[in-house]
Amino acid sequence: MLSPAQVADTYFLESRHQLLEIAAYFDRYEAAVARAGDRNGHAAAADRKLAVIREALAIIATDKPAQERTISLLELFATV
Amino acid sequence: MQIIQPHYHAIARTAQDYERMAMSGVVAVAEPAFWAGFDRLYPETFIDYFRQISEFEPTRAAQYGIRHFCWVAVNPKEAENPTLTREVLEHFPEFFAKPTVLGVGETGLHKSTKNECESLEAHVEIAMKHGQLVLIHTPHLADKAHGTKKVLEVLAGLKVDPERIWIDHVEEQTIRPCLDAGYWVGFTLYPITKCSPKRAVDMLEKYGHERILVNSSADWGPSDPFTLQECILEFRRRGHSLQEAIEVFHNNPCRFLGQNPKFDIQPIRVETVGTAAVAAE
Repeated sequence: MLSPAQVADTYFLESRHQLLEIAAYFDRYEAAVARAGDRNGHAAAADRKLAVIREALAIIATDKPAQERTISLLELFATV
Repeated sequence: MQIIQPHYHAIARTAQDYERMAMSGVVAVAEPAFWAGFDRLYPETFIDYFRQISEFEPTRAAQYGIRHFCWVAVNPKEAENPTLTREVLEHFPEFFAKPTVLGVGETGLHKSTKNECESLEAHVEIAMKHGQLVLIHTPHLADKAHGTKKVLEVLAGLKVDPERIWIDHVEEQTIRPCLDAGYWVGFTLYPITKCSPKRAVDMLEKYGHERILVNSSADWGPSDPFTLQECILEFRRRGHSLQEAIEVFHNNPCRFLGQNPKFDIQPIRVETVGTAAVAAE
């Protein structure tokens, strides 16, 4: 089994990569909205998906979760 | 679709790469001089390495119908030995005379030390003196923004033609100042530690296609030359035309590398004949 420091080190770059992809997903969405020029016309369903991702990020950032973060996220994604 | 892989460390890869690249449309690769994973001690080691990438590697690529070009440099990670750097630089002109050597690279910065900056200056100066192209490596991860700023500062103090300089490994936080200063930039696609295919397409959509090269690097570390094809797929999947893809992934390398007449592959255009699209050249 890995030590806490080993876990932090081993998966840091991979987590960094995954977070950058999420950041790019939000940027990509906003760029698409700007190109379309009509946020209210076609954004509602997509915004719901983005809201769930934001909620998921908040769960990930929780210091003392009530249950494993992975379980909370799977429950959350089941609502989309 | 015809593809050019402008940054590829072939000697670290197997022939299977060449075979698969050829099957996926790659017609040419360009191999910058790279760090070997340890610091080399002797000028002769570099000279043999340069012989390998300028003499032997083109023959290996040719077996798969791929043109192979290369660059020469002392890697920034090895710049802490200024005497060695000077001795290797003295041999550059003999390699500039070889038929597949396109210029000086990848020089650049790693930790942005004084020795690295002096090595970068010396590399750029010898390139400019001999009319060569320049490929500049920018640091990874935490050093990226600071190192890229330092590269731009070093270049600003030299007499250079920005259109003949390619600053590689740019990301979202470093692309704009490099383009604004008139340089070519490169996105390097890595599975984890550099740019991803999706983010590269995001930047193409934001900044357009001009003076932008996309490459996979592909070396002896965790890397994959086919992230380039993955990027092309992502680009096309978002609705960009075949010609737009050709402009980015074939014609832009032709435009930059073709400033050295040894790189004689020409840009291509798709022609529509009836309902079928065929490559004009």
